[in-house]
Amino acid sequence: MVSAEEGVSAADAPTIVELSSDDVLRARSEAVAQAGLGRKADHLLEVRNLSTHFFTPDGVVQAVDDVSFDVGYGETLGLVGESGCGKSVSALSIARLVPDPPGRIVSGSILFDGIDLLKLSPEDMRKLRGKEIGFIFQDPLTSLNPTLTIGYQIGEAIREHMGLSTKAARDRIVELLAKVGIPRPADRLNDYPFQFSGGMRQRVMIAIALSCDPKLILADEPTTALDVTIQAQILELIQRLSSEFGTAVLLITHDLGIAAGMCDRVNVMYAGRIVETGSVDTLFERPRMPYAWGLLDSLPRIDDVRGEKLRTIEGLPPLLISPPKACRFGPRCPYIRDVCREGEPELTARGSDGHMARCFATESDGWIA
Amino acid sequence: MDRVTVAATPDSGSETAPTLPAHDKANIVEVDNLKVHFPIRAGIFKTVKGSVKAVDGVTIQVHRGETLGLVGESGCGKSTIGRAMIRLRDATSGTVRFDGVDLFSLNTEELRKYRRRMQIIFQDPYGSLDPRMTVSAIISEPIETHHLAEGSAKDDRVAELLQLVGLDPKYVKRYPHEFSGGQRQRIGVARALAVEPEFIVCDEPISALDVSIQAQVLNLLTDLRARLGLTYLFVAHDLSVVKHISDRVAVMYLGKIVEIGPPAVLYSAPGHPYTRALLSAVPVPDPVAERKRRRVILKGDVPSPVNPPPGCRFHTRCWLYERLGQPEDCRTIEPPLAVVATTADHHASCHYSDEALKTDVGIAHIGAPLVRRGTPASALASLDQDPATPQAPLASPAFADMPETTGESHASDSFGVEAPGSTHTPTDIQSPF
Amino acid sequence: MATNTTVVPAGLAKPKAAAGPWREAFGRLVRNKLAVVGLVLVLLLLFCGIFGPIIAPWPYQQQDLQAIFANGNRPLPPFSPNHILGTDALGRDLLSRLLDGARISVTVAFVVQFVIIFIGVPVGAFSGWFGGRTDNFMMRLTDVFYAFPDLLFIILLSVAFRETAFGQALDGLLLVFVAIGLVGWVTVARLTRGQMLALKETEFVEAAKAIGVSDRKIVTHHLLPNGMGPIIVAVTLGVPVAILAEATLAYIGIGVQPPRASWGSLIADGQKYIRSEPHLVLFPAIFIALALIGFTFLGDGLRDALDPKLKGKQ
Repeated sequence: MVSAEEGVSAADAPTIVELSSDDVLRARSEAVAQAGLGRKADHLLEVRNLSTHFFTPDGVVQAVDDVSFDVGYGETLGLVGESGCGKSVSALSIARLVPDPPGRIVSGSILFDGIDLLKLSPEDMRKLRGKEIGFIFQDPLTSLNPTLTIGYQIGEAIREHMGLSTKAARDRIVELLAKVGIPRPADRLNDYPFQFSGGMRQRVMIAIALSCDPKLILADEPTTALDVTIQAQILELIQRLSSEFGTAVLLITHDLGIAAGMCDRVNVMYAGRIVETGSVDTLFERPRMPYAWGLLDSLPRIDDVRGEKLRTIEGLPPLLISPPKACRFGPRCPYIRDVCREGEPELTARGSDGHMARCFATESDGWIA
Repeated sequence: MDRVTVAATPDSGSETAPTLPAHDKANIVEVDNLKVHFPIRAGIFKTVKGSVKAVDGVTIQVHRGETLGLVGESGCGKSTIGRAMIRLRDATSGTVRFDGVDLFSLNTEELRKYRRRMQIIFQDPYGSLDPRMTVSAIISEPIETHHLAEGSAKDDRVAELLQLVGLDPKYVKRYPHEFSGGQRQRIGVARALAVEPEFIVCDEPISALDVSIQAQVLNLLTDLRARLGLTYLFVAHDLSVVKHISDRVAVMYLGKIVEIGPPAVLYSAPGHPYTRALLSAVPVPDPVAERKRRRVILKGDVPSPVNPPPGCRFHTRCWLYERLGQPEDCRTIEPPLAVVATTADHHASCHYSDEALKTDVGIAHIGAPLVRRGTPASALASLDQDPATPQAPLASPAFADMPETTGESHASDSFGVEAPGSTHTPTDIQSPF
Repeated sequence: MATNTTVVPAGLAKPKAAAGPWREAFGRLVRNKLAVVGLVLVLLLLFCGIFGPIIAPWPYQQQDLQAIFANGNRPLPPFSPNHILGTDALGRDLLSRLLDGARISVTVAFVVQFVIIFIGVPVGAFSGWFGGRTDNFMMRLTDVFYAFPDLLFIILLSVAFRETAFGQALDGLLLVFVAIGLVGWVTVARLTRGQMLALKETEFVEAAKAIGVSDRKIVTHHLLPNGMGPIIVAVTLGVPVAILAEATLAYIGIGVQPPRASWGSLIADGQKYIRSEPHLVLFPAIFIALALIGFTFLGDGLRDALDPKLKGKQ
């Protein structure tokens, strides 16, 4: 709980952020363009045919199965899906933080700024991870070391990867804390995580993530544990800082609203595979996969007409052990036909702007126009 | 537990009347100036140093047959008040009357009889079921405690309850950890229904579930409400869910109700700045609307419930307070829950609710006409064309109506436990492989 | 959204049929090799304890004086004819006496633990459930017992009651059981109390209250079954302590009365022959060691098998 002194003084007035559609788009495209300067490859992150399996006593869980996607420089990409779809494991695989045993990346390549991460030695990966990739995890309570001051924890990465002197490092830490909106940052360097509220801790995590000027931030459900008004603060902060620094963000979330507000492009995952991908506008306006339809239909919305019964997706997600060679969403799909049971659809294009979906029904020769 | 009865008339802030307002038969629960304070003890002698004022003077009524939504962020007291309403928490002062009877004056035996009429569904599907008991034992417990049925009649009732919540009764001997989160919640609902209650406190019943399962359970709750004539107190932090299911919505902040009214009014013309801030913060799955919103970014964190700010509790974070130049009465006088200039049943506790009504903060993106971007018309059309599709179109409720299901009850398998090696024919909705 | 920080992704439900939490725990136990070794040793001990007199080649108190005279009045070494582990100075077969000692150890193990559970669990449950001042008071009471110097207390008791009927019962063993039990119940009481305190706050207990289940039923149906795990482990790991305590007491002459043989008394008797006939000390020591190892491995294995963390949330 935050003590009364922690609370806000009248000087920190709340902001009403008014954004028009044009402003946002322009700011984003500027940020992305800026970030792309001096780049070494077409995309910051190119994941190809990534498969991560977990070897458990009950069988081999194919958590991530032949997943491919790109993250552009400065872009915010969303990985959206429900629990068990493989989104978190994908992110962990990119950072090579999958616990081994029981998990292992069994195939694929991950090109980060032109370097294949899977071919790096553990030591080189560690160096790259701290400097180039920042992390924001879901639960700031457990991701921060309770026995170290936050000044120390933020400084860890800086000292390790940037070789700054103690004074220079300290200045940078204070600057970072101010940037993430922690009041009186110089005074708080020697505080411990428990002295901060949930929202503040998450800001500290963001400061740590940004401390070495990373090119990519992996944010795994960064606001799920937070209240909705705090969530709004944190999301706004992530968006603002990533634009300012040109940092790409891989945002993992189950909340379609967050994806709609934060991402430039979105990948929808289901049962270990990407089932739809496209720009955020296209995906929400013209989704081409029954799972996406079902998800969007089943959400109660604040701008809803009251009283309608929610359309639901029947059934439960499948087990990921030895999935059959058929469409994985099939058993829950109302539009299923025989072809869906005989083989798995590929990710194919829908329109021209990179929108792809994995569904027989919505292909050009499918039965849904 | 010492309790001092402090009576207050619902709408005024003064405490003059020594008696409670008479019991209105249309209300099933009446809460009057309820306070629940948790003492903080410190030092060697564990002296009381202060208290967490979780609920700090709430007066509210739950009408029979309605669903009252209660929203707020963590620490606002909504869970505490839900539990106090069914006497799972002791009150520091104030009264809770169930059907006119003061719950806190009952002894253990009398209270047990009333426990049949009021139940609770918990948030955590993992912690709310005893991991060492089978589903059958969990649902039988309330039946046995109140001696409602015995022997085979009891087993029949358990099976009936499971079907009522959409679970296949043949899995009755399984243990909770074998079920998914959504299924466990259903078991919790079945347990609550076992005693045939009139009033159920739903304490964030779907927040811990996956998105696609949330809708299933939400539909279940609304169907049960209609079928069994239940009254709900629906506590949640998700404003969209609450709007969907509630007849009236109350917003809480730091232990007090700051706004209450029908959702149509509350969500389109909120009278309290906090409600507007909440509404503006909820993400909407529509990128165009997201860009249009005028989002209030509240600075700082919620003040501590040990020392709430003086005057209006929200003034330290209130955008309207800033906009109006920090008026003094916000700092010094606690605003009463007064009628807002929209409809007679809309109340907000803000000195300047009229000013709030004039702005479009928090609701700018809601006014836009909603186009539900989910299933396209062409998809629905394809269902009509194809004779091989056995399922009913999405428009019909995805819910197993009991009398029609036969044998394997395929429709109910949509909620059923993963059947090991199920042998369903391919055209049915299958349980997972 | 549920926080799921387990390594294996969510969405994985067991496709197999129902297995209760106890059966699953048992499965985990038998996968643990050390625990299986422990289990085997414990079962072996039980077997010896129960069937000792039947399988023993000689009655434990019978003296084979002939063999002793033939051996020049010295105890017989191992692998002598008719005495596979040798004899003691009085010509009594060592193996048979060891088997009788096993009987005593097994009895100690079970009776003492029974006493401990009988006192400790209700005290802990009562204290933990009611909390507040009751809890405070009872815990201070247990502190008093905890502060006793165990061995001194037992010696005191033994000396005080040695000549009475109580002291003579069961060849002096009853005294030992009660004494060890009286000082040993505190740990179990504390454990039980801790479990009660933790489980009291869980939501399924809250649900039981909401239903109107009586306090007594909540404790017996919900709290104790869920809290039993650590208590079972503590009891299992308490057995080596009791066995060792009994052996120690027998070594210093308290408890078991001759001609009954407990492993400790065998060591005491065999001491003076340690240079010439070390087998008189070695074999009892080995038996004690195996018993201790057996229960310890089993106890550790049980702790891992019953650990609620492995089952997910509790």
